Amino acid sequence: MSDAAASSQKIAARDRMKSRFFALGMLPVLILLAIGFHMLTGKFITSTNLSIVMQQASINIVLAAGMTFVILTGGIDLSVGSILAAAAMGAVILSTSPMGGVLGVVAGLAIGLAFGLANGGLIAALGLPPFIVTLGSLTAVRGVARLMGQDTTVFNPDLPFEAIGNGGLFGVPWLAIIAVAVVLLSWFILRRTILGTWIYAVGGNVEAARLTGIKVWLVLLFVYATSGLCAGLGGVMSAARLYAANGLQLGQSYELDAIAAVILGGTSFVGGVGSIWGTLIGALIIAVLSNGLILTGVSDIWQFIIKGLVIIAAVTLDRYRLKGSSNT
Amino acid sequence: MAEQSTRATAGAAAPPALEMRGISKTFGPVRALQGVSLVAHAGEVHALMGENGAGKSTLMKILSGAYSPDPGGDVLVNGVKLAHGNPKEARARGIAVIYQELSLAPNLSVAENVFLGEEIARGWMVDRAEARRRTAAVLDRLGVNFSPDAKVAGLSLGERQLVEIARAMAGNSRIIVMDEPTTSLSSHEVEKLFEVIAALKSDGIAILYISHRMNEVYALADRCSVLRDGNYIGSLERSEISEARLINMMVGRDISSFYKKNHKEPDPTRRQMLKVEHMSDRKRVHDCSFEVHEGEVLGIAGLVGSGRTELARLIYGADPAVSGKVLVDGQDVTPKKPVDALRNGIVYLTEDRKILGLFLDMAISDNIGICVMGEDSSRGGVRNLAATRHRAEAAVKSLDIRTPGVALKVGALSGGNQQKVLLARLLELRPRVLLLDEPTRGVDVGAKSEIYRLIDRLAGEGLAVVMISSELPEIVGMADRVLVMRDGAIVGTVSHGPDRPITQEAIMALATSADVMPRGMAQQQTNQGASA
Repeated sequence: MSDAAASSQKIAARDRMKSRFFALGMLPVLILLAIGFHMLTGKFITSTNLSIVMQQASINIVLAAGMTFVILTGGIDLSVGSILAAAAMGAVILSTSPMGGVLGVVAGLAIGLAFGLANGGLIAALGLPPFIVTLGSLTAVRGVARLMGQDTTVFNPDLPFEAIGNGGLFGVPWLAIIAVAVVLLSWFILRRTILGTWIYAVGGNVEAARLTGIKVWLVLLFVYATSGLCAGLGGVMSAARLYAANGLQLGQSYELDAIAAVILGGTSFVGGVGSIWGTLIGALIIAVLSNGLILTGVSDIWQFIIKGLVIIAAVTLDRYRLKGSSNT
Repeated sequence: MAEQSTRATAGAAAPPALEMRGISKTFGPVRALQGVSLVAHAGEVHALMGENGAGKSTLMKILSGAYSPDPGGDVLVNGVKLAHGNPKEARARGIAVIYQELSLAPNLSVAENVFLGEEIARGWMVDRAEARRRTAAVLDRLGVNFSPDAKVAGLSLGERQLVEIARAMAGNSRIIVMDEPTTSLSSHEVEKLFEVIAALKSDGIAILYISHRMNEVYALADRCSVLRDGNYIGSLERSEISEARLINMMVGRDISSFYKKNHKEPDPTRRQMLKVEHMSDRKRVHDCSFEVHEGEVLGIAGLVGSGRTELARLIYGADPAVSGKVLVDGQDVTPKKPVDALRNGIVYLTEDRKILGLFLDMAISDNIGICVMGEDSSRGGVRNLAATRHRAEAAVKSLDIRTPGVALKVGALSGGNQQKVLLARLLELRPRVLLLDEPTRGVDVGAKSEIYRLIDRLAGEGLAVVMISSELPEIVGMADRVLVMRDGAIVGTVSHGPDRPITQEAIMALATSADVMPRGMAQQQTNQGASA
């Protein structure tokens, strides 16, 4: 008996080690990348540049936070780039409204939430596979975004909420503050609420969740709505930064960066395992890579290739991790 | 014994088809096998019996090359040593293992499956015509009625098993291992399988047949060996095989003290806790009615596939019922979803805790508290993690779950402790009716007896317990009354009479009667039994 207790103690210790290792997971990689780029360029770790990195990462962090909810349930949301474009279009168009430009912010968020709910409704109520549903909305919502501006770029040089994109608080850009706030809120929901526990449960074992009495449909609706809302927020942030939106180009392949950030952060593709902190680190790695590669003068083409290889490396890591956990 | 020595002299020139000598296997601190030796002759069915965890599957995996034995053990095929841990060589030397979970590709045809991984090539092309012809020849010998072109997805489980056997035969296997082949077969399919086994025997193939079921061993085995806790206990010749001896060898202790029945015998004056009326889903369950009193343990027995699990799932609302009512304490509470059942005090322990029950990647505390998280949270759904932890710690103590802490992932626990976690989750709901589906499946002997004690305690506290089990000794040992199901219907009740205890024989007779023989014969049999 004491033997069994000792061995399970050992297992527990190993488990803790492992979870610590994976919680840290990519943090050493992030730090090494930053130091590496600093040594290569001599100007990476400066407050100005780090602020730029954070600004560049912010939209992806917000999208990836929403994506974390979805992937934790074992799903996927391919439509966030398109939703971001539609939300940005709505935000810029309504920012000239006589009722007050802040309506643009509300519109962007509402558009994102609406498309997210549509995704979630189809997936939760009709039981359609998330990949197919969001692949469809990836295309359809892109069309809607173009339609909203009659396929032109919409401008508003006097954007009332431009501070979101270009202002800051005590020198910290609002974009970065929003991103961190979204991460904190996500952490709270995932780790401190019943809903968050249900999300992990549904991703870990959907049939068991159903038999346990968990409202699986509600969980699915919530995660896709959250992802949509985050994409809407991303749209507002993007519009605020650019004073403009374009239905065709804005947000193209953003979903891939968001997915890459989540997977880099150690969230399992099959669901049930992962954390929002990992996602934050994953998104920062991608931003550091982009920024650092630009600073070192690597061509645009090579940036693509390197980023792609990083995503593949992340999936390899995911595999290794799954194998590790099934051994316990 | 004498018989064996004659055979040995007669076949002195030819070594046995298969000999395993001094096989041991350790996994870390766990001894799965210890010096096991086994001989199988050509044209013989050698049955291998033992409880769950006795080491049968490990032994077979060593035979198939999936595992290497510890140094000192040898596997000899026709007297020649087999390299260890090499599945390819094991196959080439004529060893085929048919596992419980079949390993067929359902999207491919029968012929493609038969030659899967060993495709017949002509140059660099697959010779489909040849594969089809050879498959047809094998299927012909097996006497089956599906074509080599049939898709495996469209075949029944029994037919799929025959495809596996065809695969073994097409690969010229001389030693075929079958691991509980009848678990998910219908009685008709079992008959068919037995015919095929007889044919294989007459072709001089050695068959190792792993089974829990006495009647199969009676019907098939030329010899039977028993493993217990990784040790070889002994072998019986066909003439020596008897149920009492086999059970004694398998269990190695007095069975009666193993089961705990301290709770009072329920008497008819007690409150009727659960009543099920005319439950049907028109597929697997037909018009089932029964009732359970408070403090009663009702066993539901029947062969696998007789609709026991399906019935429990209907009562729990996990699957939609076409008709039928569920009453708790006299009130109609017929559930549409599991939540409805939970709200009315009915809980269900699934037969497959890993696939249908636990969240393996989540902490023990969350697994225990998941159904009652509302009680451990603020109104807005913000959790009080300390409350969940305290709740889990109390449950761990009360059910004696062996774990260093409740923050550990439940997947790291042993099967028995996982099962207790699942039970703890249900008990947190303070249920009135417990539906337990195979509560001790895949659980070691120690945890088993603890679960029995727990069931007994809960019944003593006045819960109504419904216990579905395939293990007859368990049903006989624990239940106050036993319902027997066959083909989705309740075909009879076995209960204690004045001097008429619940027996395995009585249950088996009900569970199988019409299946084993045509109805007329069954009738006759009963009459004879009555007159005798």
